[in-house]
Amino acid sequence: MTMLTRTNRDLTMAEAARVADGGRVDLLLVADMVEPGSKVLDVGCGDGELLRILAERRGVDGRGIELSREGVNECVAKGLAVVQGDADTDLVDYPDDGFDYVILSQTLQATRHPRQVLEHMLRIGRRAIVSFPNFGHFGIRLQILLGGRMPTTDNLPYTWYDTPNIHFCTIKDFRQLCGVVGARMERAIALNAWGRRLRLTAPWWFWNLFGEQAVFLLSRQKANNGRRSHS
Amino acid sequence: MAEANLTIVRDGTARTREADSPRSLVVHFGPDKPLRLDAGVELAPFQIAYQTYGTLDQNRANAVLICHALTGDQHVANVHPVTGKPGWWETMVGPGRPIDTERYFVICANVIGSCMGTSGPSSTNPATGKPWGLEFPVITVRDMVNAQAMLLDRLGIESLFAVAGGSLGGMQVLQWTASYPQRVFAALPIATGTRHSAQNIAFHEVGRQAVMADPEWRGGRYLLEHTNPRRGLAVARMGAHITYLSDAALHRKFGRKFQDRSNPTFSFDADFEVESYLRHQGSSFVERFDANSYLYLTRAMDYFDLAADYGGVLARAFKDTPTRFCVVSFTSDWLFPTSESRATVHALNAASARVSFAEITTDKGHDAFLLDEPELFTIVRGFLDAAGKARGLNGKP
Repeated sequence: MTMLTRTNRDLTMAEAARVADGGRVDLLLVADMVEPGSKVLDVGCGDGELLRILAERRGVDGRGIELSREGVNECVAKGLAVVQGDADTDLVDYPDDGFDYVILSQTLQATRHPRQVLEHMLRIGRRAIVSFPNFGHFGIRLQILLGGRMPTTDNLPYTWYDTPNIHFCTIKDFRQLCGVVGARMERAIALNAWGRRLRLTAPWWFWNLFGEQAVFLLSRQKANNGRRSHS
Repeated sequence: MAEANLTIVRDGTARTREADSPRSLVVHFGPDKPLRLDAGVELAPFQIAYQTYGTLDQNRANAVLICHALTGDQHVANVHPVTGKPGWWETMVGPGRPIDTERYFVICANVIGSCMGTSGPSSTNPATGKPWGLEFPVITVRDMVNAQAMLLDRLGIESLFAVAGGSLGGMQVLQWTASYPQRVFAALPIATGTRHSAQNIAFHEVGRQAVMADPEWRGGRYLLEHTNPRRGLAVARMGAHITYLSDAALHRKFGRKFQDRSNPTFSFDADFEVESYLRHQGSSFVERFDANSYLYLTRAMDYFDLAADYGGVLARAFKDTPTRFCVVSFTSDWLFPTSESRATVHALNAASARVSFAEITTDKGHDAFLLDEPELFTIVRGFLDAAGKARGLNGKP
């Protein structure tokens, strides 16, 4: 498997204060992975909260793509550079290496072609950051195993017949996809159900069982450009 | 009031008055400052009529250029001298409005080829002392923008904080960013596209043919022969006006309602409200607009194809652009549908430009950009606020 440095920095006091204030811990973790002053594309940026955090805390030159018209218009009214678009169809229009980071925050599971989206992210940005809900979490496993029904959680409240989420994966699945597309995993974080980080020393199977969310920082495999078929 | 206007319009000499001596600010460019036109000829001398609102700040950094649409003019936010009606974008431009004249110095110039004081076919040809008519050279969107750039040079404004406009005005905004990227900090192209579609050219051709089919058009010499192709121009306007609305808006406003009657008259009177409305639109338009200008300006829109000027690759028009863009379209606009704005956005993305793009839900069609659309106002305000911060504009000049 590729080299991996699991990040070990703790939340600063300010971050902790924001989290207590209702800020989303996964957004702060993502922001923490971005070098200050870099150029960032946030795919599926929603109401622009992450872009706002990135601009305020990291001095980032941020752009966004958002599917919902309401989300886009809210972002634009806030002065954010956001366009209405679809991760599945519109990433092809972005040039190679146009960004330092391309971020997909809690959106992977809603794309039609997660592999192609990830490949485009690695083509457009020098690095990609992906955060997603881990479908391998024991709570989810138990709902299927014991309840016999499709799981719903606080973070994933949708019923199976009315959900935007069509491609769930586990941490283990995602690591496998990274191998398929030739992504190098530089850092990874898993959070438990209470938004706390899992111990770094814990083995992957432990993360896959007790991590409710995961954040991965990826880069292109240097030796392998053969998969950049969509550029 | 209506009677007085009618008298002015019917008299050819009076008609050229607003064209030659407008009730606006005017700058004159002498023979030493010709406007080099895309048609390959030079226009000189010529003049530009314009209006300004607000105050230019000490750094000359807060200027906003408004570009008007096909039948608009420089009277953005003041009472129109001919019609007596409010300015055409008073909902957007003024004190406390999204384009806030207490913060920005707003300029709007009548475009080349129009009829409200900037040189056009109804202006007097200085070489002959008679109205230009069809002797006036055919102009393009780029010519309009180059003329505006000459106006800004004269006003001592090197760099614009923003350029904004809808429809033909939006085409000028896009041309500005392609021709003078270093002079535009922020661009707001609304309800527009980087080229005129075949369908739009077709609609324009119907309008032009209506004008030219009017016997009073006289081969474009109506000002000399003291006639006026009112019927032709009114029909052109009626047809065009339909394209500015939407099926849903027409249905909401008029449906199949009868006009001042409860039964059909079994004649060709304006039985339906929608007919009466269109007739009114046509007849009021001819009181304020010149038929030849209508030909010239529709032609300029038809010729507009930004990508063609850059080897067919639109992204090249925006290469290395420093401008921040906010592209806006409307769901029910079938003249410049969202797909046109999306093509612009794709090209801007390909050029790594800083671009925002919003599609606004409305049934008001293309004309929505001129109407009370709160979401449009919020977006424009937010975009300009953020751009103002980035440019270091703080509060009032």
